[in-house]
Amino acid sequence: MTLYATQKFLYQLNRDPAAQKRYASDRDAATAGFDLSDDERRALIAPDIGLLFHLGVNGQILMHFAAHHQIPWADYLQLMRDGVATHGQPRAGVYAVTGYGGVGSADDDRRPTPETR
Amino acid sequence: MTLVYAGVCSHAPGITGRADQADPEARSALYHSFELMRTAIAEARADALVVVAAEHFANFFMDNMPSFAIGMADSYEGPIEDPAWLGIERTRVPGNAELSRRLITEVMNTSDVAYAEEWRFDHGIMVPLHFLTPSYDLPVVPVNVNCQGPPLTPLHRAWAFGESLRRAIDAQPERIALIGTGGISHWPATPDSGKINEAWDRAFLDRWCRNDRDELLAYEDLDVYADAGQGGFEIRTYLAISAAAGGATGQVHHYEPIPIFAVGCTVASYDLTTARP
Repeated sequence: MTLYATQKFLYQLNRDPAAQKRYASDRDAATAGFDLSDDERRALIAPDIGLLFHLGVNGQILMHFAAHHQIPWADYLQLMRDGVATHGQPRAGVYAVTGYGGVGSADDDRRPTPETR
Repeated sequence: MTLVYAGVCSHAPGITGRADQADPEARSALYHSFELMRTAIAEARADALVVVAAEHFANFFMDNMPSFAIGMADSYEGPIEDPAWLGIERTRVPGNAELSRRLITEVMNTSDVAYAEEWRFDHGIMVPLHFLTPSYDLPVVPVNVNCQGPPLTPLHRAWAFGESLRRAIDAQPERIALIGTGGISHWPATPDSGKINEAWDRAFLDRWCRNDRDELLAYEDLDVYADAGQGGFEIRTYLAISAAAGGATGQVHHYEPIPIFAVGCTVASYDLTTARP
């Protein structure tokens, strides 16, 4: 459930200048109203792109959070790779349920059970 | 018949946002193909452009995710992303609420669809518009198919939606151009970004050009994910255009993998004169 709240926080931050202003002025307060785990809250406040990817945040949401923090594209990709190396593969979300295996994983021949239908 | 153009193209944000990092020759060839698409739509004397896109959590989220949505406003704004990040200035894009209302009303007879009087375009629409209507003087009707948040729109429903859209378009007096945007194989915004399965893409485009319903609906999400990444789920937009083209056969005008753009860059269209009765 809390991955939903994490992604909703980012969805609102990505599209709402008022939310961006709240986050800029007080990150703790900005995340206070969301049902987040300690890891999720810490990752949103830090920010920790690699941990957020590990926790299951969709890259289509995460990349805008990285851009918000002025993180260049190549660095954004590397932070996700570092997150996987440090924390492991995504544990929830679309990549986990579809068996996402990290860099080069598309060459694998695994056919896990997805939640895509 | 008022459908005057049907085609598909890529919409990856890197196409404009990371343009300076691409091989100049590859970039120029893609941009030239977009220009040819723009010319074809202009020569078709289109009064409006319907864009079937796969948006990325810009307007639609998992709190209320529609399988299909159509915009119904007289104007829209985009891009919702940081203009510097996308390489496209924020602007007002003209719509046509009255045309949208007529299209939606007709589509609803055969497909369930949400409508939206507010819509802030993300790169899924803005990147194609940047090339196809650079002066933003052609009314746009945005359409979204859920390719992002599982459970995804089933492929056969995307096909049926495309047929509904065609019936709705043909019922209007305006001359309407229709494009689908997205995919094909890619792993956008993940550590695998830049990976492209060219063989898979070319095989898909062969099927798309033949426009055989059974062949196109034979794809399974599990296989698409394994072979074409989560970005491959965006084939739904291409299939909607196939269905709308009514059996017409197509031509790929441009295909080239450009890793820094994170996709096999594609421009293709159907020859509507080849449609089967």
